[in-house]
Amino acid sequence: MAKQQSEYISVDRPEQGVVVVSPSTDIDMSRSPELRTTIRQEMGSGVHKMVVDLEEVHYMDSSGLATLVEAMRNASKADTKLVICNMHEKVSAIFEIARLDSFFTIVGSRDDAVSI
Amino acid sequence: MQDKPEIELKLISDPMYLCGARELVGCIARRIGFNDMDCSKIALAVDEALANIIRHGYNKSFDRPIWIGINPIKPSADSIGGIVITIDDEAKQVDPCTMKGRELEDIKPGGLGVHIIREVMDEVRYEKRKKVGMRMIMIKRAARPEESARLSGGACNSNACCVTNVPKKTLGSRSRA
Repeated sequence: MAKQQSEYISVDRPEQGVVVVSPSTDIDMSRSPELRTTIRQEMGSGVHKMVVDLEEVHYMDSSGLATLVEAMRNASKADTKLVICNMHEKVSAIFEIARLDSFFTIVGSRDDAVSI
Repeated sequence: MQDKPEIELKLISDPMYLCGARELVGCIARRIGFNDMDCSKIALAVDEALANIIRHGYNKSFDRPIWIGINPIKPSADSIGGIVITIDDEAKQVDPCTMKGRELEDIKPGGLGVHIIREVMDEVRYEKRKKVGMRMIMIKRAARPEESARLSGGACNSNACCVTNVPKKTLGSRSRA
């Protein structure tokens, strides 16, 4: 079944069972629903790891955080590993403010995220 | 304490305009003298405040008015200045003291907005406007952490509630999360 593609979010499959979701826009209240939908669509059967690559995300608010917290919860239920990578300093700051930086697995690069 | 804002922006409660409000506030903060990270955090606080109004105050009605007022705090002999941001809406009035975020230990989607605002800004105050709606006043002073300590813990009553920024692990909960 064809999945709906987002103008602002790309999806790659570098390896079998690995999905990389890469938003290319600020994640705020107007954009987080698209990210949420994409993550939900991609976290299906056969996916043992989902990587959220934030290289092109220069801003995120609490709606983006909420989307990732929900994704983490769903990943745990589905026995899928969720890894976040390429986080910019300003985006990292909001994770620290919300004290969620230790809740997620956060690595430097996409390669690291795929290989761990 | 608020004079007429030197800068005022009126927008409707459509999330697509959050980016414009962030850009404006971040740009003014930069001209006032805040560093890049603080500008980003101040813009984040405004974004969270607007999102809370849209989500909770206006129940996701995307055509209601919101006003953002900005006043710089001028540098003086004993102060390096700062920014005062006032956000007015026409949402249902609530007890200002109930405007609190949820406990951070309870990790779940949502409910972080008020916590983020209070963590980022030095002073946050909610008031009932005279006729209709709520007013939020946020103050951020440039650098010098000891500056914020001079801000006294504001009085709390049914029409206004003030919180100064001290390390907060938990911040209760209420409807505008």
